[in-house]
Amino acid sequence: MSLIYPTKGLIDYPKHLSPGYKSTIKRSPSKPLIVVPHTLSELTGPVYGHNAIEEGDNDLTKMHKGEPLGERIIVHGQILDEDKRPVPEVLVELWQANACGRYVHIVDQHPAPLDPNFTGAGRTLTDKNGYYKFVTIKPGAYPWGNHHNAWRPNHIHFSLFGHSFLSRLVTQMYFPGDYLFPFDPIFNSVPDEKARNRMIATFDLENTVPEWALAFRFDIVLRGREGTPMDEEKH
Amino acid sequence: MSDLTPSQTVGPFYAYGLTPKGRAHWDPDGTYSWKETVGDNLITPDASGQKIHITGVIRDGDGVPIPDAMLEIWQADSQGRYAHPRDPRAPNASFKGFGRSACNKQGEFGFDTIKPGQVPGPNGKLQAPHVVVCIFSRGMLRQVYTRLYFPDEAANATDQILALVPEDRRHTLIARKEKDGVYRFDIKVQGDDETVFFEI
Repeated sequence: MSLIYPTKGLIDYPKHLSPGYKSTIKRSPSKPLIVVPHTLSELTGPVYGHNAIEEGDNDLTKMHKGEPLGERIIVHGQILDEDKRPVPEVLVELWQANACGRYVHIVDQHPAPLDPNFTGAGRTLTDKNGYYKFVTIKPGAYPWGNHHNAWRPNHIHFSLFGHSFLSRLVTQMYFPGDYLFPFDPIFNSVPDEKARNRMIATFDLENTVPEWALAFRFDIVLRGREGTPMDEEKH
Repeated sequence: MSDLTPSQTVGPFYAYGLTPKGRAHWDPDGTYSWKETVGDNLITPDASGQKIHITGVIRDGDGVPIPDAMLEIWQADSQGRYAHPRDPRAPNASFKGFGRSACNKQGEFGFDTIKPGQVPGPNGKLQAPHVVVCIFSRGMLRQVYTRLYFPDEAANATDQILALVPEDRRHTLIARKEKDGVYRFDIKVQGDDETVFFEI
């Protein structure tokens, strides 16, 4: 299998400069990016084995003595490439705020309580079908200083690896029907509505565990697809 | 239009999840410290080659250090081999070639690694030794990629990727040798002397 990584699909990514999100103003390149061919350096990428994770790393509700407060949820899905083939055995990392919308990070000092039973970080490897699963609690919304009365919609941060360093993706998973969507410049930095909606998990009644946890499904598509003979010629 | 899941910013609070043991020291008490999967020391006991330290400061368009950036590097081993199935040559040692560094309050990052060898490039010609650098930060909605090259490498003159970079900007990709085995690679995200980033 020889994957190629066309840059065309990146049209659905946010622009580097997205002035509604103020921090991008001084942190986005101002000169044109230089287009270069993909060499072995770009077409390869880190590979992780099962020694990268430990049993229980994907259950954020069991990392302390007691159970965290909040709505227990299952977040699961498949990592796929652009041909919708599963991406097996890749590292998936996530981090999030607690049920009150507070991160344990020392820089987050907004007046909401920390939960001694919740850190909010997890990791796992996808199985041979590209499937991953986490148990966590639903993160709360929280205020941020971007503009007057700015609040982030509920979200979980995801960090993903695919078949190459070009498939590397850091994104955020949102929850269906969030009333804060229209006001969030980070969510809306993705220009196309359909593309934006791909960051929203679907409520998954079928995988909800009765009397225990709601489930959300979040499939993720990373860069990389099978090259055609014509593509090969171009390289 | 594609089917890709769009990128979003890493935000300011990634450290306890992605770089829990990192130099950012976000959690001085260690209350929530977690073991690390990807760290800033890439050197494995069996890796051959010259041990080097890479350091630098990342700054924004005003020249202000960015304390909440995260850098990842990807590189070949000392013989120019990648630890990846797409590299058809004999596998290297347990050297993975992948590292991740948070920044401290001064916007400083650092890696301990092995100086990479030359890897094949376009048309079967060798590339100059280099490290692929990927940058994430609050205020960056998607990652940016650059490359670190080494000074005093004759191969830089014939490197096909460097050749695509306007000559007056090429120096932004070449690390400075501070002393034997220590290279400084300062990054300017925007403005005068902006580091060259690649569309890849």
